[in-house]
Amino acid sequence: MRQLDKNRPVCPQICELLCVDIVGGVYDAERRLPAVRELAAGWGVNPNTVQKALDTLEEQGLLYSVRGSGWYVQEDISRAREVLHDLRLEKTREYFAVMESLGLSAEETREFVKEWYYE
Amino acid sequence: MSELLRCEELTKQYGKTTALNGVTFTLESGKIVGLLGPNGSGKTTLIKILNGLLTPTTGAIYIEGEKPGPSTKAKVAYLPDNVYLNTWMTVEQIVAYFADFYADFSMERAYEMLARLGISPKQKLKTLSKGNKEKVCLILVMSRQAKLYVLDEPIAGVDPAARDYVISTIINNYNPEATVLISTHLISDIEQVLDEVLFIRDGHLLLKKSVEDIRAEEGKSVDELFREVFRW
Repeated sequence: MRQLDKNRPVCPQICELLCVDIVGGVYDAERRLPAVRELAAGWGVNPNTVQKALDTLEEQGLLYSVRGSGWYVQEDISRAREVLHDLRLEKTREYFAVMESLGLSAEETREFVKEWYYE
Repeated sequence: MSELLRCEELTKQYGKTTALNGVTFTLESGKIVGLLGPNGSGKTTLIKILNGLLTPTTGAIYIEGEKPGPSTKAKVAYLPDNVYLNTWMTVEQIVAYFADFYADFSMERAYEMLARLGISPKQKLKTLSKGNKEKVCLILVMSRQAKLYVLDEPIAGVDPAARDYVISTIINNYNPEATVLISTHLISDIEQVLDEVLFIRDGHLLLKKSVEDIRAEEGKSVDELFREVFRW
């Protein structure tokens, strides 16, 4: 069970996880997602929240639903890549902003990450 | 989603003590709702009124438009906060007893859950540990196809591993027609599966809110909010 952050709304976190799995090709073969209840039980979250996340991803053009059958990943995953890219950008911006408030310029933050990573 | 439960100005007095004071709220179907409050805040009183075990002093409660009675009992699956089963019976006998009693009871589901939790159907209830007895009680409740599940402290006595199983059972049992009302003080274990929470204190309803809204607006978990609201 992947741990979710209890201080943040669950729905966007589920969207993020699904987005990563879609781009990562986890649902490749038939591109069909597990049932809402299974997904919910896997993450230990409310099924209504998972449903909301799936609706959001449908709106963003990552998924489509088939009545009586379930949820499928769009054949063309370029939309999913874009959405994931935007998410990564957002997180990176947030991180740089935090580091700036801790006294590091963007350039210094880059150096800092590099040093830390290769340590 | 339709209205499943409605409380109107519900008040319960035990002599001079007021256990519930003008509680008004509605619950829709298809929700998992946490009933949260410190000890002695009125949670169990509310639940007992809901199940027809107590009658309100004033005000009323409606389940699909009906006051608690025989027909609502067929729709409500209730887990009390204490073990109430005949302890001389075996697990198997109790399961058969429940299957006789409730038309919506699934034996198959009950045996599946017993197997998952490693409880032998041949064992007598009095030989089971407290935690295992509680698991049996919960299994009996969750084996019904009810409209409303009312669970009074369902996870307090069970070990953390079984707690996860209980929570996943609640999720797997999810049905858009049914609502689950869970009273507990083990908030952090359960908050991720909740749609809404009701906070009660001294018989008053303090808050009824979607947990996603709490996280979005307050930037904190339900557990944290609870600790803040109910700080001594």
